[in-house]
Amino acid sequence: MTAMTAPDKRDNAPILSVRDLKVHFPIPGKGPFAKDRPLKAVDGVNFDLFPGETLGVVGESGCGKSTLGRAILQLIAPSGGQVAWLGKDIVGIPHRDMQPLRRDLQIIFQDPLASLNPRMTIGEIIAEPLVTHKPELGKDEIKTRVKRMMARVGLLPQMINRYPHEFSGGQCQRIGIARAMILEPKLIVCDEPVSALDVSIQAQIVNLLQELQREFDLSLIFISHDLSIVRHICHRIMVLYLGNVMELADRDSIYAAPRHPYTKALISAVPIPDPEIERNKERIVLTGDLPSPLSPPSGCVFRTRCPFAQEKCATDVPTIDRVSETQEVACHFHDSI
Amino acid sequence: MMNKSEKTALLQSAGATKEIEGRSLWRDARIRLFRNKAAVGSMIILGIITLLAIIAPLLSPYAYDQIDWGYIQEGPNWENGHIFGTDGNGRDLFVRVLYGARVSLAVGLLATAVSLIIGVTYGAIAGYFGGKIDSIMMRFVDVLYSLPFMFFVIMLMVVFGRNIFLIFVALGAVEWLTMARIVRGQTLSLRRREFIEAAHATGVSNFKIIFRHVIPNVLGPVIVYMTLTIPQVILTESFLSFLGLGVQEPLTSWGVLISEGAKVIEASTWMLIYPAVFLALTLFCFNFIGDGLRDALDPKDR
Amino acid sequence: MTTNHILTVENLSTRFQTPDGEVEAVNNVNFHIDPGETLGVVGESGSGKTQIFLSLMGLLAKNGTSTGSVRYKDKEILNLRSRDLNKIRGVSMSMIFQDPMTSLNPFLKISRQMTEVLVEHRGMSEADALKRAIAMLDRVGIPGAAQRVHMYPHEFSGGMRQRVMIAMALLCDPEVLIADEPTTALDVTVQAQILDLLRDLQKDFNTATVMITHDLGVVAGLCDRVMVMYGGRVVETGTVRDIFYDSHHPYTEGLLKSMPRIDRANEDSMFAIPGQPPNLQNLPTGCAYQERCGYVMDRCCVERPLLKGFGDGRASACFREDGQ
Repeated sequence: MTAMTAPDKRDNAPILSVRDLKVHFPIPGKGPFAKDRPLKAVDGVNFDLFPGETLGVVGESGCGKSTLGRAILQLIAPSGGQVAWLGKDIVGIPHRDMQPLRRDLQIIFQDPLASLNPRMTIGEIIAEPLVTHKPELGKDEIKTRVKRMMARVGLLPQMINRYPHEFSGGQCQRIGIARAMILEPKLIVCDEPVSALDVSIQAQIVNLLQELQREFDLSLIFISHDLSIVRHICHRIMVLYLGNVMELADRDSIYAAPRHPYTKALISAVPIPDPEIERNKERIVLTGDLPSPLSPPSGCVFRTRCPFAQEKCATDVPTIDRVSETQEVACHFHDSI
Repeated sequence: MMNKSEKTALLQSAGATKEIEGRSLWRDARIRLFRNKAAVGSMIILGIITLLAIIAPLLSPYAYDQIDWGYIQEGPNWENGHIFGTDGNGRDLFVRVLYGARVSLAVGLLATAVSLIIGVTYGAIAGYFGGKIDSIMMRFVDVLYSLPFMFFVIMLMVVFGRNIFLIFVALGAVEWLTMARIVRGQTLSLRRREFIEAAHATGVSNFKIIFRHVIPNVLGPVIVYMTLTIPQVILTESFLSFLGLGVQEPLTSWGVLISEGAKVIEASTWMLIYPAVFLALTLFCFNFIGDGLRDALDPKDR
Repeated sequence: MTTNHILTVENLSTRFQTPDGEVEAVNNVNFHIDPGETLGVVGESGSGKTQIFLSLMGLLAKNGTSTGSVRYKDKEILNLRSRDLNKIRGVSMSMIFQDPMTSLNPFLKISRQMTEVLVEHRGMSEADALKRAIAMLDRVGIPGAAQRVHMYPHEFSGGMRQRVMIAMALLCDPEVLIADEPTTALDVTVQAQILDLLRDLQKDFNTATVMITHDLGVVAGLCDRVMVMYGGRVVETGTVRDIFYDSHHPYTEGLLKSMPRIDRANEDSMFAIPGQPPNLQNLPTGCAYQERCGYVMDRCCVERPLLKGFGDGRASACFREDGQ
């Protein structure tokens, strides 16, 4: 475990600070004259990200994790709050000022094939960020750099003129990573980068991301619903539920001693590939489904599925409490359960 | 992690400069299209018709407006060279049908090209930006749609006089509306695709996204629609000519010839049959090619 | 040969004619299912795990053909006319899929879709059929089943839809239930609910279950026996303990090692099987796994290892077993 300790935060200023970030989508009301209702996809998220660190964002579908990733990159306009990139708020800044920053902010997508333009060769795909941000580079220089990056991510450079559909899912994801890495960015938002891949390929991609992180001192925001993958790649983990942070802690604390009932349930629900352990482990089974984000429960948003919910949970919104140096929890009863 | 042998293989190959050619989706589609017998046959027939239209003056001793006083409204006759016969003014029908092909095909291609350029750009912009821009642009299209087409054409003719270029303009101006709607619909669904988002995230400008990422990916349905628009335009032109609003004598088109032939259908069937066969054949060919293209470009829908 | 297997599959091969040539999706597969047991079928996408069961249910795509033998009890059912197959399919053998929406008609109420089967195959009256449908929905844990039976599929959430599918599959008391990645599209907490439900139902109904999945965690929790597929062939079979604690085939071993585990802190990097999944159109001569295998020998590249049994339903297709 020693090889993967988180970078020491105290020495560094955060590369990214997110404060009270909100993304509300207007949903047309019923009837022609009804008012729009807000869908609170992300509702007041706070965190810092340090250089060279990987932050895992986990939660079930509809918890707002993908929206959060896109709001940080300003691909979706936040409705409120701050995203400070290297100390400067980038929410709502003009398009012109945002463009140069995009060089340092990249994204990798879930569906490897869908994230590549089927009509372009992979050379053109990987070169696009270079052509956009460094138009002064000559054609040969661009080609050399593309080939170098292809080799770095484990693709044969002579495949440069091939098209995405000629590659397998894992190779397409490598192409996506090469495109994201070609400008040597400081932050990559990875939106479920391995969920669509076969088990035997997932580990390859995770290892590649970790190697690149070490080599280029990258910060990663790793969005995933798979808590076991997250355990292997992330230094800190943020658990989201209906757009709210339930728990934010470093990896070892959250897996060894989860404090929020939702985190506990999530972790205990993940099947373990070991019959002995899987059949005898203790589980917290949540009942029911995710409530509609259009009408989230009052008080604590998790209370309708929480096995420990009490009256207070319906009335008071829990604040995020720091329970230790490395762990923050949003639950009224984190001490007693 | 790669194992060692793979890594060395990779390093070795990084030195190798020979690049492997890719198989683009367009090439795949072309291969599939050329496997389609009906489409290939249609392309050959269309090619022959086009070739005949181009070299028409070389094929016959008669000019299209030359009156042969000896044979007025005579049936087909190989001996005097009027192989399709002559019309009421004694002009050679074979040459006239081929000159008609020139006009009809030119109208079809040019009007479609006009509609293509305007429609694709307009539709892609509306669909890509969406929201208010989309609403305003598409309402404009709706308004144009609701104008009566015939009235529009007649007005143009009255104001500017009969002119072959006006026909291109009039037909193109109407056909781009549907093209714009198709492209907009396709773009709306493309806009949410991840590769567009990836381009955004990289900071590619909207203009470049539209021309580099959106339009190449909507061209499939556009090309299919185009092959169906060409016969539609040819038909509309024929209809206009039939009404007397088309090309001006002595120039002719298939529509004009059919119109003339229809008047004398009982006395001289050949005057109707020859231009009608050419028109029908062309329409069939375009439709078969359109079908073939649709299957070739979107093999899943078969 | 008299057996008490419910389903016996022998030498099953499935080929697809594609414009780019013939693809052998399933190659010479043999297995059987006994009453009340759960068989896990594990493999990556393209390993042929789903195609086996689509073949035996007569649900192959039009360009696919199957050869071999599939016996339901003692009746040959492979390539049966669909009229005859319908007496078994959906009655004695049911299948549930990853995406429930593809097998539910969005324009019909759940009640209609459920009673139809009962009225047709069981000759029940509409009223009795509805009662049974409600009881079944109740059994799979749908709250307010009596009201919700009259809703349309889109009014249910993903997890609830999968419950509806399971209820529909169990309506006629099938002896075999084939579940094709039933929880892959669901969130982990909902997946846990559905897996619990399947476990419970199996205890109650004693249905033989086939669990097709890529998730070894699901297999570990649910299955009695496991069949590992690679490149259209079975590479290893055994009990769940054999597979997890004493795997013989290098692919099984690699798969187990590369599974991320939530109960273990990781080392420096994860174990990964190198290379790409095989391309069925272009399989190498010899073992399909040779390019990714850490134990590859010269022999693997020329000769194909056959599935070799070594007692107690254990079998593995690898030359390493020959003690070389």
